Amino acid sequence: MPATAVQGALAQSPLLLFILLAPVAAALIIVFLPKEETKMIKIVAAMGTFVALALSLYLFFAYNRVAGGAQFTLTIPWTKDLGVNLAFGVDGISLPMLLLTNLIGFSAVYSSWNVDKRVKEFFVLLLILITGVMGTFVARDLFIFFLFYEIVVIPIYIMVIIWGSTKRVTKEYAGMKLTIYLLIGSAFLLVGLIMLYLRAGSQGHPTFMFDQLAQRQYLYGPNFQKLVFGLLLFGFGTLISMFPFHSWSPDGYAGAPTAVSMIHAGVLKKIGGYGLIRLGLMVLPIGAKFWAPLIAVLAVSGVLYAAFIALAQKDLKYVIGYSSVSHMGYVMLAIAAMNTTSINGAVAMMFAHGVMSALFFSMIGFIYEKSHTRNIADLGGLAHQMPRLATGFLLAGMASLGLPSTINFISEFTIFMGTIKVFPVLAVLGIAGIIFTAVYTLRVIANVLFGPRRPEWDHLKDLHGPELVPLVVFVLVIFAAGVIPNLVFGLVNSGVISTGLAKVFETLGQVQIGGLF
Amino acid sequence: MFTEMHSLYEWAWVIPALPFLSFLLIAFVTKRSKGLSAAVSILAILCAFGLAIAIAVGVIGSGSEIVKHPVITSINWLDISGLKLNFGTVVDPLSTMMLFVVGLVASMVQIYSVGYMHGDRGWSRYFAYQSLFAMSMLGLVIATNLLELFIFWELVGLCSYLLIGFWYHKVSAREAAKKAFMTTRVGDFGLLLGILFLYGKYGTLDFVHLAALMNGTAQGFALAGGVGYITLTAFLLFVGPIGKSGQFPLHVWLPDAMEGPTPVSALIHAATMVVAGVFLVARIYFIFQHAAPGALEFVAGLGAFTAIFAATIAIAQDDIKRILAYSTLSQLGYMMFALGVGSLTASMFHLMTHAFFKALMFLGAGSVIHALHEKQNIWDMGGLWKKMPITGTTFAIGVLAISGIPPFAGFWSKDEILSAALQNGHPIIYAVGLFTAFLTAFYMGRLFFVAFMGPEKKENHPHESPYWMTVPLIVLAFFSTVGGLVALPYHNFAYYVRNYVSVNGVVSLEAFAHEGMAWGLAGISVLFGLAGLVLAYMTYVTETIKAEAVAARFPGVYKLLKNKYYIDEIYLWLIHNIMDGVGKVLYWFDIHIIDGVINGLALVTRGGAGGLRRVHTGQLQTYALVFFLAVVVVFLAYTMGTGQVSALNPLAMLGGVK
Repeated sequence: MPATAVQGALAQSPLLLFILLAPVAAALIIVFLPKEETKMIKIVAAMGTFVALALSLYLFFAYNRVAGGAQFTLTIPWTKDLGVNLAFGVDGISLPMLLLTNLIGFSAVYSSWNVDKRVKEFFVLLLILITGVMGTFVARDLFIFFLFYEIVVIPIYIMVIIWGSTKRVTKEYAGMKLTIYLLIGSAFLLVGLIMLYLRAGSQGHPTFMFDQLAQRQYLYGPNFQKLVFGLLLFGFGTLISMFPFHSWSPDGYAGAPTAVSMIHAGVLKKIGGYGLIRLGLMVLPIGAKFWAPLIAVLAVSGVLYAAFIALAQKDLKYVIGYSSVSHMGYVMLAIAAMNTTSINGAVAMMFAHGVMSALFFSMIGFIYEKSHTRNIADLGGLAHQMPRLATGFLLAGMASLGLPSTINFISEFTIFMGTIKVFPVLAVLGIAGIIFTAVYTLRVIANVLFGPRRPEWDHLKDLHGPELVPLVVFVLVIFAAGVIPNLVFGLVNSGVISTGLAKVFETLGQVQIGGLF
Repeated sequence: MFTEMHSLYEWAWVIPALPFLSFLLIAFVTKRSKGLSAAVSILAILCAFGLAIAIAVGVIGSGSEIVKHPVITSINWLDISGLKLNFGTVVDPLSTMMLFVVGLVASMVQIYSVGYMHGDRGWSRYFAYQSLFAMSMLGLVIATNLLELFIFWELVGLCSYLLIGFWYHKVSAREAAKKAFMTTRVGDFGLLLGILFLYGKYGTLDFVHLAALMNGTAQGFALAGGVGYITLTAFLLFVGPIGKSGQFPLHVWLPDAMEGPTPVSALIHAATMVVAGVFLVARIYFIFQHAAPGALEFVAGLGAFTAIFAATIAIAQDDIKRILAYSTLSQLGYMMFALGVGSLTASMFHLMTHAFFKALMFLGAGSVIHALHEKQNIWDMGGLWKKMPITGTTFAIGVLAISGIPPFAGFWSKDEILSAALQNGHPIIYAVGLFTAFLTAFYMGRLFFVAFMGPEKKENHPHESPYWMTVPLIVLAFFSTVGGLVALPYHNFAYYVRNYVSVNGVVSLEAFAHEGMAWGLAGISVLFGLAGLVLAYMTYVTETIKAEAVAARFPGVYKLLKNKYYIDEIYLWLIHNIMDGVGKVLYWFDIHIIDGVINGLALVTRGGAGGLRRVHTGQLQTYALVFFLAVVVVFLAYTMGTGQVSALNPLAMLGGVK
């Protein structure tokens, strides 16, 4: 145990720090730019996020998948007495999430290209938001993880109430609901995390490091694990919009500006799934096993419940909002199944859904920006005026309903494969969700894109110039990763195997067998 | 021969790759140039077709060797813990035949489209979709495992969706495309479950491996968990073909799919994609053979029912494309029950001949629609044969072929199916098949006599279509005429496409030429076909029988048939009332109950805060008073706790002090 820590400390790599600092540096430069220079501000923001994206792409391909484990680590002791380390590093589970964050962050800048209200503040907050989300994924220390997570909440609240839009609910209500809901969730989370920290440090050497917390499992009794996992489940479950704690999500996305919807639906809510895997499964497996049946039931309920509600929506963003609740049900189902295949699927699904929902929200954002409506009944036949946007919208829809050759299909398939043995009945019910997903997605596509030409939309200009960036980036990723699934899955699989998850499941399985005989 | 050709077979992946390349080229490079887009697309499919012919020649030469050892080339596609999947190509007689059929029809349709789509604004988009479809369909037929097949299966579905809704400005096209996707999706749900169940038990989706595992008799069965599991899996897998190949009750999308351009209907909704379901059942035939007999009986029963069900609807339709669509459904039922009664080869034979003559008739119908400026009602036509000799003659060949008149292609394959049904002990299904053959001849005769013969309509000024369109018609007419003769030398199509069969646990290669041509049976079916044609002639040409009088005598039946048994209405009612109703109820629940609880909690918190706020009066005196009171309370509590002022403590009286 100390040997690895020493090794980790020796192999210091500043790359992750650079990735984190790139948007921060851009934000700092923007602070010093005059606020009239909106074009310059946007270019600086784009450059900052581009550097982070390029570096995380480099990491994605440079990561040694055979060796596995945390790589590109950087450990700086912070407060020795408390055991807090400024520790960064990525493995096969966090690296796809980091790449996803930067893909979406980079594209979010271009999706906000036409923002003209308080441009300077908008991009500073956006860059802080991106940094915060990245920080949660690269942190190897619980304290740092939580710190970054709390950083995220503040810009989101401000951005929703200033740049948001009022539809069914006011943007103030939406922003408030989103923020308070997540803060309450994170309060429970905090209690759980502190209990975990205290128990882990009960024999001296307090630590917040994920790997060491996991290694000290012998200190956590079954009842302790059940309690703490329950707290984590509430906190992270709220974040990933697990049924019935999902109601912040559709309202929040509907109120938020495009970039926030993209980041929130795309990566932020994935912190919930990521946290449950990193902390819940790896550190508290017995607690996870205890709660798994309940999670599975809630997950499948969420899949079907949200899919049906999506059928009844009239606002485009609400459709995608409920659809993301529905899709996250699959991730939760996979986490509950607790085997290596399903966790592979869960992580890949988070990546896949992130790219897909960001593309969807980006396209909806452009539609709203140009037509000033998101009401499905008012739109129609947009393929006539905006063929490029229609292509992006159509492909996002196809990814959403899990068309083969998109990464979404193979992720769903992996999840089904991993869960059907563990929860056969629930899995079959969940798979039935693909039918209803197809129904609401195809309806939206048909009603928004196709049909007779509407003269009132003849003035709309198709996507052009910088507006095309999100479309190109996301479509490329969806299909490249879908046609060559080993690209992403190879990495995820290396993460699942090398982080000790495989071993955890193996031990759990033996425990169960031992209990039976 | 076998070894020399081996290296060619390993290049089979090029066949789908060529149209895919053409799709990319059109989408990203040539889309602005109409001529280039069409040229690229047609060139790619012709090259692919050429390769398919080369492979077919080799495979026929290889004989039974290649049935025993299909040439499989594959690479790893996905490799994670607990899930390993390959992608590859398989060359065996079945895939070779499909490559030939798909290659032929796709090339003919694309050439035909140059004439038919002339002047359409979406020209390049059309050829891009055509190329994408060709890639998916060719990939489907050479897939080595179920998941690979499923992927291409969904991709052909996507192309079908895009091409049905090609004229997306039409609301009807938009709705039809949506309906097709949703309906087949229901089938895919079952198919996906079947795939998961198979992998869960056997750990592979490879056709060859699965077959080997199951044919491994006792050991395989122990591994499989018995017949029950295989039967369940077989039923689940079969739900996919029910959706894709339009079997009852998921047939509703196919007639609506006629909203797409007519060449698309010919290619996708008659000759290739819709037969993918039949092809899938043929590919995994060994699963059905190992399942309980009920599985194949179900396939046979459903197929026969669909055959007669769709044929009766076709009689009462007036739209030329819809008649052909119901006819396709009926013929698909034919292929399905052929599989069900145990004759893989007869089914595949009919699949091939049907592709020839049905594509021919659809393209012929397109030629008519083109000439009459989008008129599709057969009663608006009439006397077209004189004005459009090539279209008329080739269409007549198609009608003779589908009616089972020798020596046209349909005769041979239909006869093989019917004799298989009778000889394998399914007399009821044989009778249904025979009656369907009669109905088929009747409604096809009706179509032909009304549209191509009879009096000309003055308002029509038809003219023969350009060579782009007539040459494919002639080619397909040629195959519809002689395509059935391939069975002659060996009395059986099994010479070309065979499968392993398991008889009483002994696995062997399906025999060919095990029985001679059943001339007696063939004579009966020819009589039924002729009877149908003659009846149609008497009704619609000589008018000895008055169609109106018949319809008037059975108004209920006629209305029922005309409205397609009201299946669509039942579905719409279910969708609008049940599914959307549940959605609305749940949305109400979400807003008022789930969100209500949250908002309620927020209100309570706010209310509580409002109450507490009153404490902050801002008056120093109040604060001092509260402070003083608090001191008193704290003091009292402290003293009571330690028992010093027990006299003041009421609890002390009750026994606090002993």
